[in-house]
Amino acid sequence: MNIFTSLRTNRGDWAEKFGPFWTKSIEKLKAKFGTSIEEVRMPGAYPTDVPIVFVNKAQIVEVLSFLKTDTDCGYNFLADYTATDEEAQPRFELVFNLYNRDQGPRIRVKVKVAEGEESPTCISVWPGCDWAEREIYDMYGIKFTGHPNLRRILMDYRWEGYPLRKDYPLDGYQVFPDSEAPDPERLK
Amino acid sequence: MSDDLSNSYPLARESDSRAAVAFGGGTDYSVTRDSDDLWDDSRVIINIGPTHPAMHGALRMVAKLNGETIEKSYCEFGFTHRAKEKLGEHRTYHQFVVFTDRMNYCSALINNVTYAMAVERLMGIEPPERAILIRMACCELARITDHLICIGIGSVDVGAFSYFLYGFHQREEAYTLIEKLCGARLTTSYTRIGGLMYDAPVGWEDDCKAWVKQTRSVFDEMDRLLTTNKIFLDRTKGIGVMTKEECLDYSFSGPCARASGIDRDLRRDQPYMFYDQMKFEVPTGTNGDVYDRYLVRVEEIRQSLNLLEQICDRMKPGPIWADDKRVRIPSKIDVYNSMEAMIHHFKFFMRGFDVPAGEAYTMTEGANGELGFYIVSKGKPMSHRMRVRSPSFWHFQALTLMSTGEKIADMIAALGSINIIAGELDR
Repeated sequence: MNIFTSLRTNRGDWAEKFGPFWTKSIEKLKAKFGTSIEEVRMPGAYPTDVPIVFVNKAQIVEVLSFLKTDTDCGYNFLADYTATDEEAQPRFELVFNLYNRDQGPRIRVKVKVAEGEESPTCISVWPGCDWAEREIYDMYGIKFTGHPNLRRILMDYRWEGYPLRKDYPLDGYQVFPDSEAPDPERLK
Repeated sequence: MSDDLSNSYPLARESDSRAAVAFGGGTDYSVTRDSDDLWDDSRVIINIGPTHPAMHGALRMVAKLNGETIEKSYCEFGFTHRAKEKLGEHRTYHQFVVFTDRMNYCSALINNVTYAMAVERLMGIEPPERAILIRMACCELARITDHLICIGIGSVDVGAFSYFLYGFHQREEAYTLIEKLCGARLTTSYTRIGGLMYDAPVGWEDDCKAWVKQTRSVFDEMDRLLTTNKIFLDRTKGIGVMTKEECLDYSFSGPCARASGIDRDLRRDQPYMFYDQMKFEVPTGTNGDVYDRYLVRVEEIRQSLNLLEQICDRMKPGPIWADDKRVRIPSKIDVYNSMEAMIHHFKFFMRGFDVPAGEAYTMTEGANGELGFYIVSKGKPMSHRMRVRSPSFWHFQALTLMSTGEKIADMIAALGSINIIAGELDR
């Protein structure tokens, strides 16, 4: 049983409903970007709910804006932007969960980033990426080229280490006696 | 005390105590501010929060004010960060249930249900009809309580206190219904992977329907109290405007996006559970201001009340657990009387169950917007990545955009209208 196609009340009918749409948009993406599309994992062949498209880091901004604006793709809503620590080479994967608000299909775009590498910022495509990228930097230490304000967002600005990395310990404390004062530089 | 144009002395004996004098125009007291003049020195940086009563949780905004107007600001949060995502990678799937309801604690049940759905989807489990219907009822109850908090506290922020009390009375009654289901009012932890903690007690449907009936009449009263109130209109119309394009840029979802005219509701457009078999309308606004967000939430409460009635009418006695030995918690009678069940019990709670390798992003229409769980499993009892997509994170980002150029009190109104829940924001 393919668990991603048979659960109707848990929205498992996507593969039959959006299969042709996905194929069309991925073919168009491949034709336009060629080798920048490194790998595609489809729901039937890989245990995933929506297709996963691996994109080369250098082309990610172009691919995202194509996916957002092209008529056959139309993935105009950034549902989620996060990262994972794969404990492999390259170490990290950036994950974009995109949603076509008008027709309904979703897709997942991934970018492989090695430790110490930078990835281009996607603020030009979705301004809302600003905080999501800050959170990824805060949790994984992945830096974003061209980000206007790449600083920690959830943890304290003096924090050492990146909590969501797999080698980060679960216990331990870092205590800071005073809070951060308002920064007039950020109000200019 | 009297106007500059007044030409009599009110306390003099000959003054007519009943004479009314009207002054057209009057003196213009407004001051034109020029950035080059002395007012430039009056710009002040203030720090609102993190423990300010109007900030709805531990949120902080640092604003540069010109008089009362916010010229530039930035927001900070993370004061309630409890590392839920890290814990999700180091606790079993069963143990993580309790963490979900501490995220959006105003609609904890929606978080429970969405999390259970996300894991069930990875395991290929479908709960029986009664469990799904109870979950739907839970979702709608939680949506109503969450919206009541949002519009209630939002109205307190702009000065309407009695409205808040009417709403909170109904909310307490709703919590009593939730308490009947799971014994807890706020931190419910009601769902289990593949089912529910307990079945709904006998007659719960009727209690729920009686509550719906009562809430409808109370809500009509509340509506008459506030919706056309002149002061409320002045405080909310045209405040904190988000256009449709800005909403898409900042990934707005839920009532906040609908208030700006984005006609999207995951319950209708991407039906999960039995929402495709229910009748309900999706309200949308046009202006995207605080008032439209209020109106959308008011109408959504009405639609949720209708939904609750339909769900309660459809509920029939039946099993509440999926027929799957991997996830079903063995009953205590078996555990105490058979060795195999006791081993199963210990295995379940000490080690957890394996979830097949795979990944899925499962989302539902939460009270604030799209609530999603992106779970990556590598076939172990703990997830490889447990990402929570919380709507508040994306909404709070746009607060600086909404409040630039507005008065500081209007920023508070805008913050109340997007219903930021700090637990969900920081995770």
